[in-house]
Parts: sequence; structure tokens; C-alpha cells
Amino acid sequence: MTETASTPIAGGKIESHRHSPKRLMLVGGGILVLLALIAIAAPLIAPHDPEAVEVHRVLGAPSLQHPFGSDVLGRDVLSRVIYALRASLMVSVSAVLASLILAVPLGLAAGYFGRWVDSTISRTLDLILVFPAMLLAVTFIAILGPGSVIAAIAIAVIYLPILARVMRTSTLIVSRNDYIAGSRARGASHLRVLATHVAPNAFGPVIVQASVLSAFALQLEAGLSFLGLGTQPPTPSLGGMLADGREVLIQAPWVEIFPGLAIVVAVLGFTFLGEGLRRAFDPRGVAE
Amino acid sequence: MSRQLGFIVRRLLLTIPMLFVMSIVVFLIIRLVPGDPVRTMLGFRATDANVAELRHRLGLDQSLLDQYLSWAGALLRGDLGKDIVSHASLAQLLAQRLPVTFELTGLSMLLAVLVGVPLGVRAATGGRWIRRLTEGFVVIGISVPDFWLGIVLVLIFAGTLMILPPSGYVPFATDPVGNLRYMVLPVLTLATGEAAYILRTTRGALGSVMSRPFITFLRAKGISPRRIVFGHALRNAGPSIVTVIGIQVGVLLGGAIIIETMFALPGVGRLVVTGINQRNYPTVQVGILAIATIFIVVSLITDLIVAWLDPRVADGAGT
Repeated sequence: MTETASTPIAGGKIESHRHSPKRLMLVGGGILVLLALIAIAAPLIAPHDPEAVEVHRVLGAPSLQHPFGSDVLGRDVLSRVIYALRASLMVSVSAVLASLILAVPLGLAAGYFGRWVDSTISRTLDLILVFPAMLLAVTFIAILGPGSVIAAIAIAVIYLPILARVMRTSTLIVSRNDYIAGSRARGASHLRVLATHVAPNAFGPVIVQASVLSAFALQLEAGLSFLGLGTQPPTPSLGGMLADGREVLIQAPWVEIFPGLAIVVAVLGFTFLGEGLRRAFDPRGVAE
Repeated sequence: MSRQLGFIVRRLLLTIPMLFVMSIVVFLIIRLVPGDPVRTMLGFRATDANVAELRHRLGLDQSLLDQYLSWAGALLRGDLGKDIVSHASLAQLLAQRLPVTFELTGLSMLLAVLVGVPLGVRAATGGRWIRRLTEGFVVIGISVPDFWLGIVLVLIFAGTLMILPPSGYVPFATDPVGNLRYMVLPVLTLATGEAAYILRTTRGALGSVMSRPFITFLRAKGISPRRIVFGHALRNAGPSIVTVIGIQVGVLLGGAIIIETMFALPGVGRLVVTGINQRNYPTVQVGILAIATIFIVVSLITDLIVAWLDPRVADGAGT
């Protein structure tokens, strides 16, 4: 999904200059903080038990007591969306974080040492990039079996080459600076130079990229759970809820609309945050 | 010209190791399953004799190299093996499923290109309002997950207006009109996000060409803006646009896995998903093999088209 962005074209990024980076970051960050708080505080704010089956409320329309209606088993949709946010955010965010933790040292090493270190790391990771993300995730799950942890690992592996490549490029740019050569000349070890000079200055673009990828990770997780390959029932997940409601979409659209909207809002949150961060921390356009 | 030919030969040769590596990955799927894949496939009630029989039939009792050689050899002869649940020939199954996936992704890409490229050209060369409108389309098209869009489309066209079926499929040969009616919503769902990407790419590629000095020179010569855009700028932006379209075919193939399940289309993607849920590994392997092969072939064709559009690519200089 993100492969397209690899064309190094200035106009390729979202270009609305009317919104300042600060405002985009605030809106995106605000949405995400709110969603994260809802997810964390799920047991406190969910009005009903998300797994409580009420036969007389099967496919009940939205009402005061059940603002989002109830699903095929009579479960409260609002409470399920609140709990599902937990699984969806947890899987996508932890996947991107895991990917980031691996990608940063790999990209640093590739960009800083160059030569064979670079070609070994880059060529190996390029192998992953050859295939479309969704196909890779499905292949991964075909081997290890469905589940939220496996889905998270698959997503982390898929984004590793992209994050590592961004880190490598920004490391390359920073390493060319004279203060790096100066620091080496004064006798600092490679590790010290990397930790104190290169890494802190090369970090911006990879954070931007991680934020943009989180939006895609969220969609990928929802897609996998929709197919029954990600988070497994009875744990509610946004994608899983969309799959449950598919058969009754026309009779009871609320079963689908609300989990879908939750995905859209979360994706927009990450996208806005990413765009805002991009303008603030990636002036050279290293992130893809 | 000989350089062109050399490039074509090199690119064709590069496809062989790609197919080889892909075949190894697909081959390993069943072997990498934790625990005993045959027992996982047959379930807990299987007898030891059943397990031994299936293991033998799948060739899992031989050495890994022998297994790969006989598996790959059978593939090359067109013998894809059998589905372990329905016992149907996988070659026949694939022949039924592939046209559905081809139709879905082909029509989606066609629609996305027909919408994305002209709008991208307008966005790169038009006035402020068209830029804002297209920007809105890009943001929405990229941020809205395709299955959510699918839900909304079903609610509007099948639920409220009741002019299109919500899901299902009939083969084109049986009922061409019915087939297209079933295809409208899945294709719209898959094509919208794609069109946004292609629009963005076209706008970016054309925008950067339009700011090059030769465009200013053409303007100074008094050539009409229309001819500058279509005769010169688009020609230069073409390779980047084609490259992205080729990559996006892969994204569409991935998206088709979800869309086929969502709209109950019996395509290859749905075959793979059902296969995974039934632990039907031979079927999963064949499905993934088919999708990955299509993608490798499409990348090959894309690279050849790009080299034809821009001979510098074949010289190794690139754009």
C-alpha cells in the first residue's frame, strides 16, 4: 500500500498548505489520544458487557440504551467497538513499534558503515519488498496460523524494509556532515558517534514514516481480522465486527457502520499526525 | 536497439530466479507449519493410517530436496495436485477461480487509470479549484479503507436504491449482464483508492516535469499549452506513472483477497482464505503461487513498457 510513495516526487505528498503542520499534528494527535484513552479505559466506559448475549435484543436498532444498536447475537455494538479499539490499536501500534525497534539499528548500520554492511542489509530486506503486503501477510498466516500475535508479527515484518530504508537514507545524509568526521577525528568510537551524533539527528524521518505506516497497519489488521485471519473471536476487533455484520448489512447497517467509522477515524488520526510530523521533522522529504 | 534487446533479455532472465525463490517460499509453506502439518490438516480424529497415507500422498515422507524436485516438476507439467477437502483437481479449481480475480482486478485497474490519469493531469495543470477538489479526493481515497467503502456502497446501491445486488457472482459466459451487475460494486470499491493513488502519482510526476526548463522553452516558442502537456510533458512523466501502475497491480491483488470475501466472489483470493481456515495447505499453496506469479509477470511487463517509453532505462541511466 505504501509502495507507491517510493517515487521520489515532490508533489506526491498531500499538499494542502492551508493547514499548518502544528494544527495537523494537534488534530491527529488529539484523535489518537482520545481513541487510546477510550481503549485503555474500556472496562470503565463501556455501558454493557461486550460479550453479553441478549436474545431479545438481536439486531436491535440504535436506542438511548444502546446508542449503536446491537448485533446478530444481541450484543451491544457500542461496547464492542470500545473493546475492539483495544485489539486493533494494540496489534497495529505494537507491530509498527516492533518493526521500528529492529529497523532503526539496521538502517543506522547500513547508512553509517556503507559498503558490504549496507549491501547485505539492504539486499536482504529488499527481498521482502518484492511482494505485495497483503499477500505476504496472508502467506505468513498460512504458515503460522491465524491470531492477533501472528498478525502483528506479519505486519512488523512487512514494514521492516520500509522503515529500515528511511532510517538508512537519513543516516546517510547526517553522516556526510563535517561534525561527524570531526567527532571521529577527535577519537570517538563508531558506537559513540552513532549514539550521540548520528542517531538523534537522523531520527525525524523514521518517526514520520512510522506514523504514516501505523495508518496502513491499522487497515491491514482490520482486513486480516475481517478475513478471520487476525484477532480471533470472542475477542472483539473492528475487522471481526465487520465480518460478523456482513450478512445482515442491509437489515441492520449499524452493526457495520460504527466499527467501520471507528477504523476510518483512527486511520485519519494517524494520517494527520504523520502529515503534520512530516512537515515539521522531515523537510528533505526522506520519509516515503 | 541492441541495448534495448540486451535489457529485455536481462530482464527476462531476472524473472527466472524470482520465480524460483517464490516457488521455494510457497513450497516451504506446508513444511514450516509448526508441529505436524498433516495432523493439523486432518484434525484430531484422524487415525495413524490416514495420517501416513496423506503424508505419503503429499510426499512429506521424502527428503526435502526430493520433495521440492517432484513438486516443482509436477507444477511444470501442469499437475497442481488435489484439494484435500473436496478432492477436486487444483488445476481445474484454479481455472474456475482465476477468471474471477482477473476480471475484478483488471476492471478495477482500468477504471482507476481512466479516472486517475486524466484527473491527475488536470490537477497538475489546472486552476486552484480543481487542485483542491482532486486533493480532497486523494485524501479520502487513500484514508478510507476499501472494505468500509464497500459497506457504504452496498448500503447505497443495494440497500437504499436497490439497483444492484449486494453480493454474489454469475460467470460472464452464462449471463454477461448479470455478471457485470455483480461486478459493479466490488470494482468501484477496489478502484476508488487506486484511482486516488494514480491521480497523486500523475499529478506529482507531471508537476515535476512541468517545472523543467524545456517546458518554459516550449512555452516561449508559442506551442499551445495542450500540446505541451499531451505531446511533451506526459511523454516524460509516463515512465513514473506506468511504474506505479505496475506496483499497484500487486496492491490490487492483495485488496482482491478482501473484496472477494466481502462480495462472495469465487476468486483466487477467497480460495486462499478458505484454504487457510480449513488448514487446506495444498490449495493455499496453489492460490498463493498463482497470485505471486501474476504479480511477477506484471512487474516484468511493466519494466518492459517503461524501457520502451524511456530508452534511457535500458542504458542503465534511468530517469
